Amino acid sequence: MTLHAITVLGHDRPGIIAQSTAILGSLGLNLEDSTMTLLRGRFAMVLISEGAADTASIEAALAPLGSSGDLTVTVRELPDDQQTERRTTPWVLTVHGGDRPGIVSSVVAQVAAVGGNITDLTTRLSGELYLLVAEVDLPVDVDVDAVRAALNATADRLGVGATLSPVEADEL
Amino acid sequence: MSDVNERVVAWTADELGVEGRLLDVVKAPARVLSEHGAQVDPTDPEIVQLAADLVATMRISPGCVGLAAPQVGRGVKVFSVDVSEHPKTRDHHGTFVLCNAEVVESSRNEKAREGCMSVPDFTGDVKRASRVLVRGQLPGTGEVVEVRANAFEARALQHEIDHCDGYLFLDRVAGAHAIHPRKTYL
Repeated sequence: MTLHAITVLGHDRPGIIAQSTAILGSLGLNLEDSTMTLLRGRFAMVLISEGAADTASIEAALAPLGSSGDLTVTVRELPDDQQTERRTTPWVLTVHGGDRPGIVSSVVAQVAAVGGNITDLTTRLSGELYLLVAEVDLPVDVDVDAVRAALNATADRLGVGATLSPVEADEL
Repeated sequence: MSDVNERVVAWTADELGVEGRLLDVVKAPARVLSEHGAQVDPTDPEIVQLAADLVATMRISPGCVGLAAPQVGRGVKVFSVDVSEHPKTRDHHGTFVLCNAEVVESSRNEKAREGCMSVPDFTGDVKRASRVLVRGQLPGTGEVVEVRANAFEARALQHEIDHCDGYLFLDRVAGAHAIHPRKTYL
């Protein structure tokens, strides 16, 4: 079976998800992971489908969604690659402060520098307030205090605040 | 449980003997909201006035259950709380102000969605203890009091103590999908 990555972006209105998932269902595709949100009021959805339909037929079936010109749909076949398991610990990184260019790139560079992997990211701008929340996997052998110091130094330079806290999952 | 501190329940802003003034509430990214507040002398007339101002400003702000000094631009450890009208409240101590407060004991974490007058456009899912023992000083007399709080009052106390230490709920959110816009942007 083949995996496809499908994105739908553009002007929000009621019924986009209903319409797009109905089309995918009619092609016999299963929805696997998906995420949808509004980014500055715009509809933004990414999903992975699984099934036999090929890229061209999925694109053709979804074409009516974008026909009015206010939604962009893309369809890409995903290669079958296995994730390599890495031993990591989960963290939440929060950064907030006055908006200025370079906050995200400077902060996440500190994560990348130690081989940390961002697994989820949200940034929001509201008025002057810029906010970043990232879920970060850090390799088990990383010195977390050193990462925190590097993040704080970067944040100070940008005039923002950064907090790195362990993800607490309660096993039930 | 009804383990309330009767001294704190009996406390009212009238004890301060000064009229509270209405102050402007500052919003993130104001720097003062991220700075560690200074310890105060709770008998200092300026702090007594600030306590009265916090209560007055909290009262006129719709839905406001607590206000910390950094939210009115003062980087000190003073806050007011009153959760008595909130539906999630169990036990409570009415209106009170604490100086130099700290959490001494905490247990029973629960996750809930919080907002803040200083972060008006977002809410966030934050895990906090639902039972706390908080120690602080009453403004005016400087008496040391211990407040055993539960449910929503416990959450409000931790939120305000965080303000006094330079933390917003944004620093405590549970993950990347734990921040929620209050408005849509058109």
